[in-house]
Amino acid sequence: MRKLFGLLITIALGVMIILALDKTSAFPKFGEVNLQERISNQYLTEENVEMVGSANIVTAIVVGYRGFDTLGEVTVLFISALGVAFIFGGTKQQRLDLKFKPNFMLRVGSNVLLGIILVTSIYIILHGHLTPGGGFPGGAIIASAVLLLYLADDKFRSNVKGFKLIEGIAGSIFVVVGLLGLVFATAFLENFLPVGTVGQLLSAGIIPIIYVLIGLKVGSEIAGVVDNFLTEEESA
Amino acid sequence: MIQYASIILFVIGIYGLFVSKNVIKMIVSLNIMEIGLNIFIISIGFVGGGAIAPIISSTQDLGLIFVDPLPQALVLTAIVIGVGTTALALAFAKTIYKTYNTFELDEMEESA
Amino acid sequence: MTFFEIISLVIGILLLVIAFMAINSKKLINSVLFLSALSMLAVVAFVLMKAPDVAITEAVIGSGLVTALFVFTLLSLKRRESE
Repeated sequence: MRKLFGLLITIALGVMIILALDKTSAFPKFGEVNLQERISNQYLTEENVEMVGSANIVTAIVVGYRGFDTLGEVTVLFISALGVAFIFGGTKQQRLDLKFKPNFMLRVGSNVLLGIILVTSIYIILHGHLTPGGGFPGGAIIASAVLLLYLADDKFRSNVKGFKLIEGIAGSIFVVVGLLGLVFATAFLENFLPVGTVGQLLSAGIIPIIYVLIGLKVGSEIAGVVDNFLTEEESA
Repeated sequence: MIQYASIILFVIGIYGLFVSKNVIKMIVSLNIMEIGLNIFIISIGFVGGGAIAPIISSTQDLGLIFVDPLPQALVLTAIVIGVGTTALALAFAKTIYKTYNTFELDEMEESA
Repeated sequence: MTFFEIISLVIGILLLVIAFMAINSKKLINSVLFLSALSMLAVVAFVLMKAPDVAITEAVIGSGLVTALFVFTLLSLKRRESE
């Protein structure tokens, strides 16, 4: 009965969505978008690209045009990490003992892999304004390196206070860079450094600085969440 | 085709939320809805006919046809927010298990 | 039919089949693993629609970290059941 009812409601909803899609001009047919009618056309003109200086247009939108949105979204991630820490919180914490024991090969291999993963993440963060990638995926790769450390050693506890310190410092510098834009230029988070040539590593003004800060903040937050999931309160 | 598939994926997620009585299954359904929505938002920015990704190497490339970069920027942050909300939901599920010793909603009502 | 249409048809059908299996599987761990496979297919869909930034992010987070969090939750409960 419940399954039939759910099926009927979902089929009605799906038919409604598909019918609404075909009759409006905001959702054209797949692949037949006219970019001249959209606001995104302005991001692709030559004078605007030279003003922002980022070769990756997606990065130019995320950090350059909509930097204030990104500050809010990083804050949402911080609040959810805080909620996880609050729920799992306790004074005496110990490692959750998993059923498998890591062997010698896993321990040695993880030490080799850790360096490669960290170098990859640093490359992805630093080239966020030139190639695909940036602070969000780079930070997630840093968190997965921490996850590898936890899986390879069943006694390992990382320094959670260090993560909290890095996260707080990175978030504060983000706001300070925004306020410097207010002092040296006209608006919050506006670019106040020289832009340089499009396509060079040292270009795009404050965009690489902010992406490095976002990478550190996202990485330390997700690593803290992973630590919270792998520890528990001492039952004894 | 991918556009219609993403709408049906979203609807499958809603069906899963209706039907399943298990907390973990409900979180999985929420994640399926999120993936469907992300693919849909990307698909309304797709330009067919040989358009390239919105990444240039110098300003001379700007005469080419690009796909719409704005939906990609929105989805990029939405994915990272998704891992935060999923972690919070799993933390709640673990607390529920500590209290009732089960994930099934029916058994929780019996024991309450 | 062009190559793009054939690939997108296959990806679309696989997405729907795997989503259906993720909801209807009996064991919880199977459901979580189908979710991971679903997000791997979503990466292919993002690459087809020329969104490499989103594809990298989804590959790291969707099929790596979220699956790890689900599996850790299930593992910690299995241990408590056996006591």
